[in-house]
Amino acid sequence: MPSLSDYRDRIASVKSTRKITSAMKMVAASKLRKAQDQAEASQPYARSMAAMMARVAGNISISDSSPKLLAGTGSDQRHLIVVVTADRGLCAGFNTNVVKMARQLTSRLRADGKDVSFVCAGRKGGDLLKREAGDSIWQRFTGIVGKSRVEYADSDKVAQYVLEKFEAGEFDVCTMIYNQFVSVLTQTPTTQQLIPFKMPEEQDNEEKSQAPEGPVSVYTFEPDEQEILKALLPKNISVQIYRAFLDSSAGEQAARMTAMDNATRNAGDMIDNLSLQYNRARQAHITKELIEIISGAEAL
Amino acid sequence: MSEAQKQTIDFELVSPERKLVSEPVSMVVIPGSEGEMGVGPGHSSVLSSLNPGIVALYTNNNEEPRKIFVAGGFADVTAEICTVLAEEAIPLEDLKQSEIDQELKDLSEDLGMASEDADKAKIEVRIRVAKAKRRAVTGEAIF
Repeated sequence: MPSLSDYRDRIASVKSTRKITSAMKMVAASKLRKAQDQAEASQPYARSMAAMMARVAGNISISDSSPKLLAGTGSDQRHLIVVVTADRGLCAGFNTNVVKMARQLTSRLRADGKDVSFVCAGRKGGDLLKREAGDSIWQRFTGIVGKSRVEYADSDKVAQYVLEKFEAGEFDVCTMIYNQFVSVLTQTPTTQQLIPFKMPEEQDNEEKSQAPEGPVSVYTFEPDEQEILKALLPKNISVQIYRAFLDSSAGEQAARMTAMDNATRNAGDMIDNLSLQYNRARQAHITKELIEIISGAEAL
Repeated sequence: MSEAQKQTIDFELVSPERKLVSEPVSMVVIPGSEGEMGVGPGHSSVLSSLNPGIVALYTNNNEEPRKIFVAGGFADVTAEICTVLAEEAIPLEDLKQSEIDQELKDLSEDLGMASEDADKAKIEVRIRVAKAKRRAVTGEAIF
């Protein structure tokens, strides 16, 4: 049976753990607010970009001369998966959920006989995939999220890397997996195809509501559709990746906040439990001493 | 809008990180890739890519225009709104010629040292932007 001082030590250690987790919770909460503000601020650009893409893409038909980013390479043998996770742990299932989804996708693709490679943005994703992916992890990016703000220039590095590899003809299809920020309590791992470009369905509605009323105006394109598309497509990929980072960064803080809130509460329960056991042990100790004294006195 | 022509057009300048400018202007001149383009209310719909150069906002016909340097991007123009998507946008008065000259010097040194074609191409793009910046500052640009 543990002695009284053992209990005291354990209570003290759980108390300091509780202090740490509650501090982490508060830090995460303030970072979450910043991340949400930033995600909000980036909306206008992403929206305008989506609207432009819709206009241009709606105006041309896919032909052999279309840019490869739109039409694809004509094969879907080699897949690249961009896994967006956090750099740090202690945020419940946040990283594992994304990695789990990446694993499912990988095994499905591999079962179909496709080649799968990875680009890991965020330290945790790389660590978790290292065992099974090994050499097929082409590149790992760290230090993008987790700072006070996500810099566009940083996320652009990832985009440029992916585009370079595509230009070099090293893969056919690129899919990105990241945590979509739904609410503070929910982050949904989401798969998004980056290359070849696919119009997300939901943006159709948005586009319609944005369109001015009255007769549909005819657009002039300068230079021409093809040229604009050629310039827009890489930008669009860059913006999509940036948005994923912002979502992921807000989601990470939200997940950590929830996880730390739970941890703080659990620590409180544990302290209550240990205090109860400590008091019982102390009481038992006193009773035992009393019995010893009384029986000693009776024996005289 | 009444039957009278609206006197202003909404102008928006957005970067990936945030909305930089959003205000009504009487005219805006943007550096389109096919030449500079003056956009006023009721302009026909245009989607254009941009060269590095100056975006000039005319809020009032008598006033000096507000000038902002953009390092390329896209413009989406309709009759009511002109949206400029730019990755880098700096108010003209924040550009210092000495800094740009230094940047140009550094870049040309980088270019000399770069060995791979891909790196060279990247640096050349940056030089083009820096040169456009200098043109903007020294007033060689058309205004």
